[in-house]
Amino acid sequence: MALFGKGEKGALFGPVFDNNPIGLQVLGICSALAVTTKLDKAIVMAISLTTVTAFSNLAISCVRNYTPSSIRIIVQLAVIASLVIMVDQVLKAYLFEVSLQLSVFTGLIITNCIVMGRAEGFAMQNGPWISFLDGIGNGLGYSVVLIVVGIVRELTGSGKLLGFTILNLTTDGGWYVPNGLMLLAPAAFFIIACFIWAVRTWKPEQQEAE
Amino acid sequence: MEHYLNLAVKSVFVENMALAFFLGMCSFLACSRKVDTAIGLGVAVIFVQVMTVPMNNLIMHYLLAEGALGWIHPSLAHVNLDFLSFILFISTIAAMTQIVEMACDRFAPKLYATLGVFLPLIAVNCAILGGSLFMQERDYSFPESVVYGIGSGFGWMLAIVALAGIREKMRYSNVPHGLRGLGITFITVGLMAIAFMAFSGIQL
Repeated sequence: MALFGKGEKGALFGPVFDNNPIGLQVLGICSALAVTTKLDKAIVMAISLTTVTAFSNLAISCVRNYTPSSIRIIVQLAVIASLVIMVDQVLKAYLFEVSLQLSVFTGLIITNCIVMGRAEGFAMQNGPWISFLDGIGNGLGYSVVLIVVGIVRELTGSGKLLGFTILNLTTDGGWYVPNGLMLLAPAAFFIIACFIWAVRTWKPEQQEAE
Repeated sequence: MEHYLNLAVKSVFVENMALAFFLGMCSFLACSRKVDTAIGLGVAVIFVQVMTVPMNNLIMHYLLAEGALGWIHPSLAHVNLDFLSFILFISTIAAMTQIVEMACDRFAPKLYATLGVFLPLIAVNCAILGGSLFMQERDYSFPESVVYGIGSGFGWMLAIVALAGIREKMRYSNVPHGLRGLGITFITVGLMAIAFMAFSGIQL
């Protein structure tokens, strides 16, 4: 079996645009909205989630033949929770500032529907390697949305990217008046709605008939 | 007494789980097509939230926090098991939903028939785990956690029922093709969140 056959490529890149977990499947939006006020938070969150999804898929796929189906949910939760504890401890040790800003949202990776959804929907039926790639792919799909929203919100909301000033604010003698709405909660909804709209106009087969 | 009342109002309106912290969004968007299902899910969330937040509060104060194990033996007084909170909280929630489901089936079959499908879903609803984690972060006492459980659950139900009402009406409107379904729902929720921001000026 080739390490990167057609199936593996599909598992890795399919979720990024064709089958985006946030845009099409409405999964894992809670954190996508809450952590995107700044780009650095969004990136840390994206990396954490990709790691957890990839390794939980790998671990669950390895034990899939030994897990009785009646207790599979609790097994998945235990695997995911242990991985999240590890990620949380690493963040606390090396990125303490960011981990304080993320507050409860690192813990909430456990209940992020992407992680559970991929474990239940993909890793329980497929081998470890392809499940691992599928986890990375879905993590990337999530990261794309998170980073786009993070860039838009930080740039228009405070004129900065990763803390560097890009647009000079009027308060510092520049020309840009920051849009306060972008830093508030509702802006994330509007940006994601526009993102979905753009993707669906580009790929009309994703439109919903309602 | 006043303190608890303030906390309740704060958790329902000012810090609404769904509209201020975006918790429980997956089921919030997926199960809000009809008012009936929204009410069913909302009641189930209140139910589980009221059980799990105080329960996790006890677990935190008597098992996990620094020095919490002192009641077993003085030599354990310096043990700090804080880092285990995620896995213990989620197990409590999973177990509690299971127990609530069985108790419901036995003593209130009518309620069970309504909630049936939603109860297992709730174990992985971020609003529930989020409630417990906020309780830990803000260090609530036991009575405070009971009030917070009721308030945050109720706030979530309020939000999902309101959204379902709007979506039922929206079926008759002409939405651009790319925005149908998910897209327009996001914009609606955004507008609702702006409306709820009006409460954030309240000083309690």
